Amino acid sequence: MTSLLQIDNLETILHTGATPIRAVDGLTLQILKGETFALLGESGCGKSMAALSMMRLLPEVGEIVSGSVRFDGEDLLLMPETAMRNIRGKHISMIFQEPMLSLNPVLTVVEQIGEVLKQHFNLHGVMLQKRVLEILRQVGIPDATRIMTEYPFQFSGGMKQRVMIAMALVGEPGLLIADEPTTALDVTIQAQVLDLMRDLQHHKGMAILLITHDLGVVAEMAHRLAVMYAGEIVETAVCDDFFRNPAHPYSRKLFAALPSRTKRNQELAVISGNVPSLSDKFIGCRFANRCDHAWDLCRTTAPKWSRVTASHQVRCHLYDKDAGAKVQNQVEIEEADSRIIAVPQASTVNASTVNSKLLCVTDLEVHFPIRKGLIKRVIGYVKAVDGVSLTISQGRTLALVGESGCGKTTVGKSILQLITPTAGSVRYDGLELVGLERKRLRKKRAEFQIIFQDPYSSLNPRMRIIDIIEEGMNALNTKNDGGVSNGVRQPNFSKGEEVGALLQRVGLPPETKWRYPHEFSGGQRQRIAIARTLAVNPRLLICDEPTSALDVSVQAQILNLLKELQHSLGLAYLFITHNISVVEYFADEVAVMYLGRIVEQGRVDEVLGNPRHPYTRALLSAVPVIKLESKREVIHLHGDLPSPANPPSGCHFHPRCPNAMPVCSEAYPEATEFSATHTVRCYLYEQGVLS
Amino acid sequence: MPFKPVILWTDALIYLLLVVVIIFAWYVLRNEHLLTPWRRVGHSVSGMMALTVLILFISIGLLDTVHFRPAIENSGNPNIEKVYGVQVLSLLDVIVTPLRTSVEKTYSAPFATHLYTKETIELAEGRQVREFPRLKFGGAHLHNPEAQFATDVTWRTVKGVGLGLFIWCVFVVSLVMLLAYRSGKKFIRTLFSILRSETEVPWNAVFIVLALILSLIGAAMMLSTHYHIFGTDKVGQDVFYQSLKSIRTGLVIGTLTTLMMLPFALLLGIMAGYFRGWVDDVIQYIYTTLSSIPSVLLIAATVLMMQVYMETHPELFDTIAVRADLRLLFLCIILGVTSWTGLCRLLRGETLKLREMEYIQAAHAFGVSHWRIISRHILPNVMHIVLIATVMDFSGLVLAEAVLSYLGVGVDPSMISFGTMINAARLEMAREPIVWWALLSSFSFMFTLVLSANLFADAVQNAFNPRVRTLSFTNRKVVPLVT
Repeated sequence: MTSLLQIDNLETILHTGATPIRAVDGLTLQILKGETFALLGESGCGKSMAALSMMRLLPEVGEIVSGSVRFDGEDLLLMPETAMRNIRGKHISMIFQEPMLSLNPVLTVVEQIGEVLKQHFNLHGVMLQKRVLEILRQVGIPDATRIMTEYPFQFSGGMKQRVMIAMALVGEPGLLIADEPTTALDVTIQAQVLDLMRDLQHHKGMAILLITHDLGVVAEMAHRLAVMYAGEIVETAVCDDFFRNPAHPYSRKLFAALPSRTKRNQELAVISGNVPSLSDKFIGCRFANRCDHAWDLCRTTAPKWSRVTASHQVRCHLYDKDAGAKVQNQVEIEEADSRIIAVPQASTVNASTVNSKLLCVTDLEVHFPIRKGLIKRVIGYVKAVDGVSLTISQGRTLALVGESGCGKTTVGKSILQLITPTAGSVRYDGLELVGLERKRLRKKRAEFQIIFQDPYSSLNPRMRIIDIIEEGMNALNTKNDGGVSNGVRQPNFSKGEEVGALLQRVGLPPETKWRYPHEFSGGQRQRIAIARTLAVNPRLLICDEPTSALDVSVQAQILNLLKELQHSLGLAYLFITHNISVVEYFADEVAVMYLGRIVEQGRVDEVLGNPRHPYTRALLSAVPVIKLESKREVIHLHGDLPSPANPPSGCHFHPRCPNAMPVCSEAYPEATEFSATHTVRCYLYEQGVLS
Repeated sequence: MPFKPVILWTDALIYLLLVVVIIFAWYVLRNEHLLTPWRRVGHSVSGMMALTVLILFISIGLLDTVHFRPAIENSGNPNIEKVYGVQVLSLLDVIVTPLRTSVEKTYSAPFATHLYTKETIELAEGRQVREFPRLKFGGAHLHNPEAQFATDVTWRTVKGVGLGLFIWCVFVVSLVMLLAYRSGKKFIRTLFSILRSETEVPWNAVFIVLALILSLIGAAMMLSTHYHIFGTDKVGQDVFYQSLKSIRTGLVIGTLTTLMMLPFALLLGIMAGYFRGWVDDVIQYIYTTLSSIPSVLLIAATVLMMQVYMETHPELFDTIAVRADLRLLFLCIILGVTSWTGLCRLLRGETLKLREMEYIQAAHAFGVSHWRIISRHILPNVMHIVLIATVMDFSGLVLAEAVLSYLGVGVDPSMISFGTMINAARLEMAREPIVWWALLSSFSFMFTLVLSANLFADAVQNAFNPRVRTLSFTNRKVVPLVT
């Protein structure tokens, strides 16, 4: 096959601060016709800037310093802007990460897609309409004639991403750049979109440059890939080779940091330190400071490309045959890696604490009224949570899994009484929290706390760390410790020392308490948020997607910390997430939620190992897996999550269910018990208790 | 005592404000973490330059705030009780006595030696000629104005600038000595580091502005005793004197009105956004109603009511100045009460956004009380809006005063303000040849005042915004992590 895009030594700098940031530093890659090439890397490593440089769509502060981008033999960087406009959309097009922000809300679908056709094909009127209709059908949009005249805000996220793809494909480009195309989508929708992209590539034979941080997506989609770190590519390989045998220590660490079921009783491997600032000048290998295998040479000389196999190259001295005495063989490295990973934690399940039920939620309902008109008459309810029951024992973790919009977060907040439930009961340690007076509730507040998803908005930017952490202590007056002690506090500690001790507990130096939140990275902020909750000695922590805004390596650090805290302090977690692999690694029990109701719950091995509900099955099958040997069969769900304001009758899942029966639309099924812990609500199984 | 101190209402409020500012400064100086952002203000070049100019304006305003009534000299009889004049003077009036007392007949252009209008003059031999008569004070010391004028003005300017620069040198030397003493370095080294702008506080910028100001003041001092450097107005009063007097009025209207308005805007805006529900409804109805009445009408109505009350109770005021001052105070109150709606609406919107932030929810989860959340979390995060809005309003209020004075509902006619100056100048814009100097001088004073206030507020806002700081100090990166 011939090369379609050839990038040589591309260098892009951003003039944002006192020193220029070298966002892309000597990028060289080649994309062949009709292949999917994945650019893999963590946030801030310059992936998106590389893509924008290729399209010459850099922000004002960006500047391409050197290099060439040859598309079909022509250097895009030397073209005049008018010629470049003919390339964009026709020969190279792009899909962006956030479908909600990439479509203009005041233009209809046909107007938006039509823009491309008018520009490049000079199509107008009926011809244009016909072509738009055709492309919408190709990307699998049902009822395309109606959708065509609608506005983006009338669609769901998955539908918008389809429209984006349609817009990118209508010019029949040779190369599609997809910048994190599915990161903002749920797994079931992600599976649909990835399938669609594969199909289209198959039919049209275009090349795809897939930019992502998700190893699973890469394994599913890519033919070849490149791993990017701190502005440069450190490893490039054919996909199979890479997943069988990642070469660069950074790639290996990424794999080791992925949570999974097999690592349950271990600590996840972490990459120490942070991604280096791109404004620094690099002398040696960029990864040297965080690498376990680094030696003197790594710090003084930047490594050149070394061959592992014919199609597998890596920028690391470990593979450099000329590096001298320090040449190591494969086995040695693997041993070193496994040594780090296989530090087993003592079993997290602490038998003595299992039995006591800490939190008992029964038939919890949260309905938000929809008001309309002048006098704000209530015309309906959004049933965000519609009869949820769950229990959490002391020192255990219950994971609440579901797609976005299914009411997971609302459950968490209503347990904390941050949102007043409409009905049902929340009993914490035998005390009914629903309807408890503000004063009495305040006394109890220290015992259950919450960690939020976005570490950037969960800390007040105008307060110092010490003030942030002290706030809870002051408000709840936790001087006289109850029965629980977090093992940090000593009686004669002043508040300042206590804050320092708490910061050390979560792995931050105590001096950091004088700083402001913006001086910390995402992972460090999440640690501060954890320290803030620990300050009041909670027994139950509600973790609302605490790692979904973080990179894999940082996620591993936070998960390790949470696991270690659970072990030493006996905390119980309600872990709200949509990430199945985190659940496999972290949780003891799982509850799967769909549209405000729990459809299946049980122990992790029961639910994930032997899923009964069709939704659970579909959800699990949609998660991209890295295992190359076992090709999974994806159960496709059609359509999107229905609106909770107008849920389907009977079982909420029946319109999308592959096994739907007439009875499903009539009434909500009773719980079927497979074991003492495993229950499912589905008509496929005999109602009531199975003997 | 040769004088009797008078404390007017606005004087009292200004003194109170001054005391509050001093206490606040003292408190900040004692708390290192509160001091840090203010230090950062001190490191901003534009901020420090603006502050230098502002200090000049504020000190003129403060000098004009110390009021007293001078004793009337009685012919040496000590038995008679001392009688004080009805004229209330300020320290500034005393300092610029030559400006205050040298009143011409009518208009004269800046640096003029003759009046602006021709008059019929009877000569000694009984003939009458129409010509521009000589001024009583402006250039009166010149025998032959045409020949001597240029050299006299140049000489005086040079002398003034020289004097200004001499004072500047004394000041710079003493300040550098102080800095050298405090940092423990040699005098010369300190001076060089300032010249090379290596100091944290941009002293070189401050010195440049100071040199400019001092030489201007020096020149003005030398010239204004013998010329009307900004001309005279219709009744022959010196425009430079008027401009200086207007500074206090402008500052009083700007600051006191803002202080009147802030409690309403802050309290109601944040309450509406934070509590939502019926509280929000009530507050929204109040400000919608208030802002649906044309504000000029509302202000005019209130001012007229107050005016009538004052006229029917003349016994309440023993001098004209007291009456004028009370009228100014009421104007501030009325402007304050009617102008909070805009800021209130802004704050409500911002609070609506902030209350959904996760750190507010975390505070709820800690059981932090509502008032504490408002004061610790919401208030600091809306302060930048308050700061920008108040500084923007400051210039708007000075202008509003001009509009109201034009309608006859502004400050008392006996009180000199930018508004009355502009209003008086407006009447003469249609003249041929045009009388431009009153307008120009009031505008340039106002412009300098508002611009320096804006620049200073900008520096403060930057220093207090933690995010902006990261951009300017990119090399200070995240803390190393210990795992």
